[in-house]
Amino acid sequence: MTSPFRRPAVLWLCIVIALTILVVASLAVGSVSLAPGDVVRALAGRGDEVAITIVRELRLPRVALALLVGCALGSSGAALQGTLRNALAEPYLLGVSGGAAGGAVIAMIAGAADAGVTSLAAFVGAVVAVVLVLALARAAGGARDARTLLMAGVVIGAFSNAVILILLTDASPERVRGALWWIAGSVSDASWPRVLWLLAYLAVGMALLVGRGRLLDVLAIGDESAAALGVNVGRATQQIFVICALLAAASVAAAGLVGFVGLVVPNIARAFGVVRHRSLIVTSALTGAALVVFADLIARTVRAPVELPLGAITALVGVPVFLLRLRRIR
Amino acid sequence: MTTPTQLRFEQVSLAYAKGATPIVREVTITAAAGAITAIVGPNGSGKSSLVRGVLGLMPETRGAIHAGDVDLLRTTPDVMSRRVAVMPQRESLAFPMRVRDYVALGRSPFLGLWDAMTAADLMLVDNAMQRADVVSFAERRTDELSGGEWQRVRLARTLAQDTPILLLDEPTTFLDIAHEMASFETLARESRAGRTVVLVSHTLTLVARFADQMVLMHEGRVAAAGAPRDVMQAGTLEAVYGWPLVVSHDPAVGAPTLVPLRRPG
Repeated sequence: MTSPFRRPAVLWLCIVIALTILVVASLAVGSVSLAPGDVVRALAGRGDEVAITIVRELRLPRVALALLVGCALGSSGAALQGTLRNALAEPYLLGVSGGAAGGAVIAMIAGAADAGVTSLAAFVGAVVAVVLVLALARAAGGARDARTLLMAGVVIGAFSNAVILILLTDASPERVRGALWWIAGSVSDASWPRVLWLLAYLAVGMALLVGRGRLLDVLAIGDESAAALGVNVGRATQQIFVICALLAAASVAAAGLVGFVGLVVPNIARAFGVVRHRSLIVTSALTGAALVVFADLIARTVRAPVELPLGAITALVGVPVFLLRLRRIR
Repeated sequence: MTTPTQLRFEQVSLAYAKGATPIVREVTITAAAGAITAIVGPNGSGKSSLVRGVLGLMPETRGAIHAGDVDLLRTTPDVMSRRVAVMPQRESLAFPMRVRDYVALGRSPFLGLWDAMTAADLMLVDNAMQRADVVSFAERRTDELSGGEWQRVRLARTLAQDTPILLLDEPTTFLDIAHEMASFETLARESRAGRTVVLVSHTLTLVARFADQMVLMHEGRVAAAGAPRDVMQAGTLEAVYGWPLVVSHDPAVGAPTLVPLRRPG
């Protein structure tokens, strides 16, 4: 192989080091700047009380949430691309994003002011979208066919977007701004309960996906060959579809629509020379975490005190990387 | 490999949808262990549908396909894949892999979700690569291979399954003469080792030299079956293929040789 990383563990160590630097930088930079040493002391619960509060109560949940959102979107993107045998697939194509956005906007229009309620509504919306996608695919006679599931996802996503636009037509400017902010993605409402909630989803989802690493390798070589190697292609496709959709739903509920991560990160991981899906899922999770933590750092510092939408920054960072990879993908 | 096992298609009918015209109609074929059975016939005669039937990919099935005492039409894909190694007609990878990793996928039917490959699995993979003559490019990526090399790598993956039955759909497509002959010799060795080798092929002349039994398919039915000398009859082949031809006998090896004639005008 042409990869400079002969062993995935070496690559993972490099990404973890980069991620650690980004995490420390994110904890240090803000309206009150802290030295890296102060950050480490504050994390350990020592030193200045104000620094401890800033690091442990304000910035750490935000960084942790960004990290977990990146993990969820990166890993589910890698699994989905393998199942669909398409480097352009991403979890938001499953109708999850539209459903979650629809749920959140309905909650906002109904007057929900609490971020927790909006998140819950988003998660419910995403799950409803997944159920509708499965039902639609079944009605079309392809509940276990990857292409039919994808088409059903696109249809449900488009339907949700239409509903959102209609709902926002006569909403107050404040609510429209709130909805747009949510749709553009943000980790500014991070809290420890939200972090732990996403962590629980991520732990289960990642375990299920990593356990299916070899299965994904087999699915990626084509339906007939996968069947020849003993895989029930339809059932395996549906299982992975649901795991990816729920991971994406949990991340969207926690941080809105953080675009492009699920699409671009697995392609970056493949550019590192990672091919086998078990390694690819882990590499994509780590790379996704680094990308979203970096994007959040940019989003809240580049025009401080104004915060830029996180989803826009991940797209801005992702587009050039993706363009570089485009030639290879084709 | 486990005990020698015959593959028997018993009154098999296959269709792509309920109520649709069957592609394969009441076909009965017995492929003996330790022998090569070649299924031949024109395009659309139902050869590849038989392979898809074994893979459980035909929506409408009748009859039975027995691999030993297991009916493949009424079992799960994992049980099938531990008895029959199938090399489908076409395969293109969405994401390139290292050749060795690709061949190692042949062991996946024997591994649970979290199982790692054992030393015995690794040995079977190495052994399969040697038999298919792909060791020299084991570290290359699949997107760096020629069509012929890729075909041999696919054969290696099939051999790595180490099943008593091999079912190969057009295994020598894209191969030059030397590699085509080498692949047939590999399959002949596998059958001598006690495996049941069933191959779907268009290269009748070559198949007639290696097969112990030939089955000629036409419009979903068996038009002729038996020893190559009996099936390779000019009249039968002309009627099935709808093209004038002669069958002579190779002066060097005595095998029946098909020569299609030009149609004047």
